Amino acid sequence: MARMTMREAISKALWEEMERDENVFIMGEEVGVWGGTYAVTKGFYDRFGEKRVRDTPIAEAAIIGGAIGAALTGLRPIAELMTINFAFVAMDHIVNEAAKLHYMFAGQFKLPMVIRAVSGGGRQLGATHSQTPDAVFAHFPGLKVVSPGTPEDAKGLLKSAIRSDDPVLFIENATLYQAKGEVPEDEDYLEPLGKSKVQREGDDVTIVAYSKMVPSALEAADMLAEDGIEAQVVDLRSLRPLDMGPVIDSFKRTNRAVIAEEGWRSYGVGSEVSARIYELAFDYVDAPVKRVAQAEVPLPYNAHLEQLALPQTEDIYHAAKEVVYG
Amino acid sequence: MEKSDYLDLYREMVVIRRLEERAAELYQKGKIGGFLHLYIGQEAVCAGIGSVRQPQDRIITAYRDHGWAISSGIDPKVVMAELLGKVDGCSKGKGGSMHMADVDKNFWGGHAIVGAHIPIAAGMALGDVYQGNDDAVTICMFGDGATNIGFFHEGLNLSKVWDLPVLWVCENNQYGMGTSVDRASAVSEIRQKAEGYGMPNERIEGMNVIQVREDATRVLDRIRKEGGPYLLEVLTYRYRGHSMGDPERYREKEEVKHWEESDPIGIFHKYLRDEGIATEAELEATFKEAEKIVEDAVDFAENSPDPEDEALFDHIYAEPTPVEYKGYRLERESEGR
Repeated sequence: MARMTMREAISKALWEEMERDENVFIMGEEVGVWGGTYAVTKGFYDRFGEKRVRDTPIAEAAIIGGAIGAALTGLRPIAELMTINFAFVAMDHIVNEAAKLHYMFAGQFKLPMVIRAVSGGGRQLGATHSQTPDAVFAHFPGLKVVSPGTPEDAKGLLKSAIRSDDPVLFIENATLYQAKGEVPEDEDYLEPLGKSKVQREGDDVTIVAYSKMVPSALEAADMLAEDGIEAQVVDLRSLRPLDMGPVIDSFKRTNRAVIAEEGWRSYGVGSEVSARIYELAFDYVDAPVKRVAQAEVPLPYNAHLEQLALPQTEDIYHAAKEVVYG
Repeated sequence: MEKSDYLDLYREMVVIRRLEERAAELYQKGKIGGFLHLYIGQEAVCAGIGSVRQPQDRIITAYRDHGWAISSGIDPKVVMAELLGKVDGCSKGKGGSMHMADVDKNFWGGHAIVGAHIPIAAGMALGDVYQGNDDAVTICMFGDGATNIGFFHEGLNLSKVWDLPVLWVCENNQYGMGTSVDRASAVSEIRQKAEGYGMPNERIEGMNVIQVREDATRVLDRIRKEGGPYLLEVLTYRYRGHSMGDPERYREKEEVKHWEESDPIGIFHKYLRDEGIATEAELEATFKEAEKIVEDAVDFAENSPDPEDEALFDHIYAEPTPVEYKGYRLERESEGR
């Protein structure tokens, strides 16, 4: 194990997979000479050259469409979208092409590709650059949507995504890049796609989270522990396929749940997970399931207003207290 | 070209025409669902380019794809079965008219969103360059209507910036659905759009299959030799209504004359006869063979079974992945071949 930031863990996963497989290459805006807008691919251009670290025009349909085409020929492209907000420009290629070609042509087409995209607010970038629309992409069968909450998972999940024969949208939260954790150094360290993971044990309340909300949920759990409430934190890690197993196992013991996500509440991850809890474990429900999410506004620029809109650790803490009637 | 090659080409064009005519009838009867875009009138383009492309050249086209499927080597039976949504179709009944493909024939679809396959074509050419398949050219077709959408411009620009071996083929049939080129495009000649990307280009006539063959051969050779993309604007017409390919059906001399001057099959028919390559009787016999092939295809398709219910969950993902049905996890998994 080595202690590193999530940025370093992601960079390490990319580097190792590039070293391991000649067919893996990176394409996107400023990934090469610049070293990546978030410095994730710093040093890659010098090591792997312009053939495998390809700077593209600012043209997201060409980036994702081009990656799809390259994947069809057997390569393993990693297409980087500078932010997930630009995915809307490439929406057709993500949902109409990447998510459907394998099915529509009865398995003839394979798309072993990864789309990396930075999601999340809190950096005063204004409404168009601060969204967390992860759930939108999780709506489409055919796509796999993954979003890690810890550096360890970031490495293991990204490596699995790169080795996967399916198109994977790998969502990174920019405010987590500095988050630190212990990361296995094994070059074949893989975390399975589509599996939730218990990040903290507890018997009193289940907190379901993913990505940015995982560290927040763990913080909230520490606060709750001081009040004598033990929270179990389940990290979804993958929004599609969605693994409800650990959530339901936990809920059947705690009978209470809070679901935390950074995106908007309506039609969101919390909506989906809570609906499934009611479908799968109705007899175990002791309190209404609570959702913690972003206020339903386009995120404002002003730092105070922006934080007011974003879900905070305290929101998770208070929601948990409410469901345990604490 | 040997005599048999000429007759093969003639037969192929008639097969495409007849298959479309029969498809139109089956559509009217409700046996084909969804949308049906017929290729009638444009046969010289797919037959011409299809007959000179090399096996390593990838073919990718838009939703008007039946002709390209056949010219790429897919059996008309399999094309017809796909039109009827049957399990023996090239996409096992899951794609339909607009989504035909056969990877083994290097035919990559069949794409229904206007222009969306254009960046994908650039990516396939990148794949070939990356893997050192130096002789391969990606041949990408689209209609005139697709040249007004952003995908076209992003794709063309990328192909030029990265110097990718793509033959961009605009099948200009003068109309994007119901809107004529001059009402939708700022320039009347589609080829002019390639100028904005510093890309070599030309406009050719697309009704004479021999001419299309020669032009396509020349341009493909150039791409193979010099690399980089090239845009070919092919003038053609799609016409339903004036759709009969069968010379026997024309009674009046004037009708025959019109057919021989304006219909790609009529033009080729006249060429083969006038050049002494084939006799009227031989052409007649070839025509009959084509009709038989299409009738056999219809029989085959009608007798092919529907996909099993289980097929609903096949190929959602290539890797074993849990599948759900109406909100509940099933015991089985989705897995490709």
